[in-house]
Amino acid sequence: MVGCLVGEHTMAMTFAEKLLANYAGKTLVEPGQIVTVRPDHLLMHDNAAPIIAKIQPELQDYGVCRKDLPVIVLDHVIPAAAEKNALQHTQIREFVNTYHIQHFFDVGYGVCHQIIVEKGFALPGMLLLGSDSHTCSYGAVGAFSSGIDRTEAAALLLTGETWLKIPQSIKITLQKTLPRYVTAKDVILSIIGDVSASGADYCSVEFHGAVSQFSVDERFTIANMGVEMGAKNAVFPADEVTIKYLTSIGIPKTRYTPIHPDPDATYERQLTYDLSTFTPVVAVPHSVDNVKPVTEVEGIEIQQCLLGTCTNGRLSDFKVAAELLKGKKVHPTVRLLLLPASRAVYLDALKEGYITTLVEAGGTLLPPGCGPCLGAHQGVLAPGERCLSTSNRNFKGRMGCKEAEIYLASPVTVAVSAVHGRITDPRKEAGP
Amino acid sequence: MRIWRYGDNINTDMLFPGKYTYTCSTAEEIKPHLLEDLDPLFAKNVTEGDMIFAGKNFGCGSSREQPVLGLKAVGITAVVAESFARIFYRASINQGLLLIECPEGVKAYTQADTVALDVENGTLTIGSHTFSFPKLPKEILAICEAGGLLPYTRQKLKQKKKC
Repeated sequence: MVGCLVGEHTMAMTFAEKLLANYAGKTLVEPGQIVTVRPDHLLMHDNAAPIIAKIQPELQDYGVCRKDLPVIVLDHVIPAAAEKNALQHTQIREFVNTYHIQHFFDVGYGVCHQIIVEKGFALPGMLLLGSDSHTCSYGAVGAFSSGIDRTEAAALLLTGETWLKIPQSIKITLQKTLPRYVTAKDVILSIIGDVSASGADYCSVEFHGAVSQFSVDERFTIANMGVEMGAKNAVFPADEVTIKYLTSIGIPKTRYTPIHPDPDATYERQLTYDLSTFTPVVAVPHSVDNVKPVTEVEGIEIQQCLLGTCTNGRLSDFKVAAELLKGKKVHPTVRLLLLPASRAVYLDALKEGYITTLVEAGGTLLPPGCGPCLGAHQGVLAPGERCLSTSNRNFKGRMGCKEAEIYLASPVTVAVSAVHGRITDPRKEAGP
Repeated sequence: MRIWRYGDNINTDMLFPGKYTYTCSTAEEIKPHLLEDLDPLFAKNVTEGDMIFAGKNFGCGSSREQPVLGLKAVGITAVVAESFARIFYRASINQGLLLIECPEGVKAYTQADTVALDVENGTLTIGSHTFSFPKLPKEILAICEAGGLLPYTRQKLKQKKKC
């Protein structure tokens, strides 16, 4: 029993309760309680420019509370699409130099969330906050991470602390193994379709059960989309898979202390899914919880395919797409955009030959960053067009045009559909 | 005073399209694009003192402060919803935009009803029915009372300097 002793009773705690109690310096917390915490890191991206603009006089008077608190990654509109973006990037570089910010990643390193995990800023048992909703991704390595707004990021730069409400927790147990051509993306889309876009509002979501079948890449895909069901954070408590991954990026076990929920902790809800029954799915316009089996949307014509982003832009995603597209050609009416999540992924995919295969098939390579996902540049859609994307949001107007449609699916479904020019069930490509 | 009525899952792209996030940051830049892809009439016709009534999960999606700044700048008194997405909720506290979670009130409202809001006593009267909504916890109320998170932080920093 790992719980906390309070009087004569043992109070069992969830992952979120235990971790936030640690950071709040308390032995016991309960859902609804408000605590003050000091996160290990604060993530910012291109929005660091408006954030620091809010607190210019205070920065001059008090400075930044910790030089190693912020991790700033330029990724949202890179390389700059317009003078205004370029100016913001310049303002961020000046801020980094003036205040000797330790962790800065300029244009070309990759998407902020990928950098945080890849460079080891998020470790098991750590607390990270970030001025981006997909900050919840770092639950992939057993950290507690959550999105906040720009003003809160500004205040954190000055004080290093903020308040958090102890969330209710939801325990999701995954059983058995996934069939072939069904992926982690299908798992999280199916769960969101089941619980709805508000189904985990304010809650901490824990994944348990047969999770050893999921690599850190795949856990990243699942945790990344926790916010799409309203979750405060989504986490795979650290296990052998996590430790192995961290060792592979040069981080020894001595650098972190994993947090595990107590077996008898209290959950607001417990959900169990049998993965062997899962099928490839697609989230259809205009909400992420509008999830349908691929068989129901087969045949819908698509003009753009996006492979990549912080959701599905890692080496394993490029590998599976390259395997499916080797020796084939993307349909002549389709633009296949390739968006590696980081420079490291890009280089590895080059070395492995995946990029060559995908470009030979007709793909167009974009610089590691957010690309067209937020509709600012590099693949904006025209009215009436449809995009099948491995990204995480299909909101109306998301890719820059409110009369366009975005469908979300796995890299497997996207790669197979790109060849046919229409949404296709990847299981039809099934070889031996 | 007008009530703008919307449904569930009003996301941040509907409230303020992502394509403007790195080109608009001041209230004047934000205002013309508010709710652009959801209701093109909103930005044209909204007036000070109006309220928004919405369903579940209002403000879901991105960490996007512009809609909060914009709704405050055009004079929205309060957004009343069945529930809010958490980043939007925090952003509103930090900017001093009043959010009221009152599912019963939202469900009861029809266009024929008059609406009266009493923030001090935590009540929302719709037609002849009065609904109460919970007060904010004291830690959060302190931020609101200071006029938002930045003024609150400035106070805290000054106190620290004195100590």
